[in-house]
Amino acid sequence: MRLRELAHARAGDKGDTSQISVIAHDEADYAHLAAHVTAERVAAHFAAIAQGPVRRYELPALGALNFVLEGALGGGVTRSLALDAHGKCLGAVLLELDIPAPNRHR
Amino acid sequence: MTRTIRIGAGAGFAGDRIEPAVELAEHGALDYLGFECLAERTIALAQGEKLKDPQAGFDPLLVARMAAVLRPCAANGVRIITSMGAANPEAAARATAAVARRLGLPGLRIAAVTGDDVLARVRDGDHALLERPGRVADLGARLRSANAYLGVAGIVAALRGGADVVITGRVADPALFLAPMVHEFGWAMDDWPRLGQGTVVGHLLECAGQLTGGYFADPGYKDVPGLARLGFPLAEVAADGSAVLTKVAGSGGRITRASCKEQLLYELLDPAAYLQPDVIADFSAVRLEECGPDRIAVAGGTGRARPATLKVSVGYLDSYVGEGQISYAGPGAVARGRLALDIVRERLRLTGVAAEETRFELIGVDSVHKGPVYKEPGHDVEPAEVRIRVAGRTTTMEEAVRIGREVETLYTNGPAGGGGVRKEARSVIGVVSTLLDRALAEPAVQYEVA
Repeated sequence: MRLRELAHARAGDKGDTSQISVIAHDEADYAHLAAHVTAERVAAHFAAIAQGPVRRYELPALGALNFVLEGALGGGVTRSLALDAHGKCLGAVLLELDIPAPNRHR
Repeated sequence: MTRTIRIGAGAGFAGDRIEPAVELAEHGALDYLGFECLAERTIALAQGEKLKDPQAGFDPLLVARMAAVLRPCAANGVRIITSMGAANPEAAARATAAVARRLGLPGLRIAAVTGDDVLARVRDGDHALLERPGRVADLGARLRSANAYLGVAGIVAALRGGADVVITGRVADPALFLAPMVHEFGWAMDDWPRLGQGTVVGHLLECAGQLTGGYFADPGYKDVPGLARLGFPLAEVAADGSAVLTKVAGSGGRITRASCKEQLLYELLDPAAYLQPDVIADFSAVRLEECGPDRIAVAGGTGRARPATLKVSVGYLDSYVGEGQISYAGPGAVARGRLALDIVRERLRLTGVAAEETRFELIGVDSVHKGPVYKEPGHDVEPAEVRIRVAGRTTTMEEAVRIGREVETLYTNGPAGGGGVRKEARSVIGVVSTLLDRALAEPAVQYEVA
């Protein structure tokens, strides 16, 4: 299933770094998300966009993951040639990710 | 008795809606109303305005916002704190005083907080850039502005000095909201846990409508009612910094744990180390609990000792960007769009436009995604229309202008059926950062009385 079915996301920017939160609709799915939405999967998903490494921070109390993508904003918001220089659309783009359904959804 | 203060968020960015702040001022039973209006490069652009006119260089919507909120704020005892001063807080204070006099509010006390402009301090010397090799001094004649992110000190001094309105230049966004907590509750400036929790509340408020259902709706997944009349948030803050986030009853939008989670993590890198001028805040144990309809309690934020240095945002003339767009529709739209891109690519080469970086893309296909094109399941069909976009970075304005012109000539020289050309060329103010000894950016406060 698509990540969108289990989580919502919001993207923010800091210089040339994009930050994307992935938040479980149902906190019971947090462990499943943590197992399948890894920094490696996210880096592969954004391989055409993000030049640098991807870091993941875990916030189990909120049922959320926070991804930090370096070199993802075309050299930085202020000089990027991208139409969406802030990368605000990237949160929704991450929700395309295909992940296995958790047990209760099978 | 437990005392709480009520702090509203009147704007989340410079161009934000005006009426939600009026609604908060009239019906929010507020003590404070904060307006965060300063994007990363706004000051560099405003600095140019100030050079042309010493009375300019502050937020272009300041007069309109003040004209809308000063009367209800004065009537209800709401003090205003805002970063609308941009490059010229003193002129912004004078303009606000003029609005107050026009509205018949004599005696209104307006403070301008300065001290963030450190251009003269970093122009020379060995101030290394954070984002890339080199020093501020290397930017030479291209340097436009350098502003330190100040903390709460200047705002707190102004509140103590009896200001009804406090206007700043560059300050850390959460400081606009943290300052009234420090002022009202007398927090020590090394009470890191409280400053950290107060920063959590300030961070949640700083983007205004993004907390109350703005930037959140996704039909069928996350529905939000009344976005056309979205209510902006307010926090009822207790003396320990814990707070209830809510909005004016009957306003549009909704405030939920989910909307608060999205905003809590917005623009956060390491949640355990949110670097601010006054504290390193730690968001990692924040708790959000629903305690009523459109009421979310927030607690659990903490912090540790502030960084040794202040971050300085440095604006400089980076480059020029030229851009052009044109639409194609109907059968073969994508193929004609791609042909158009190929033609412009070759034209830029033939006519010798030296662009150091370019983008050739189809809006509606690959302008956001780049790389392999994603298809919605069940929608594996070509888009019925596309818009091509060519953008290039150049070292001169003349070359930037030629990029848009080459797109425009597709009208009579390109593929069939192209329409709706838009072109532009602009100079680009880039922003980089450096660090500065905090003793070199001391805030100062001046008052203007209406």
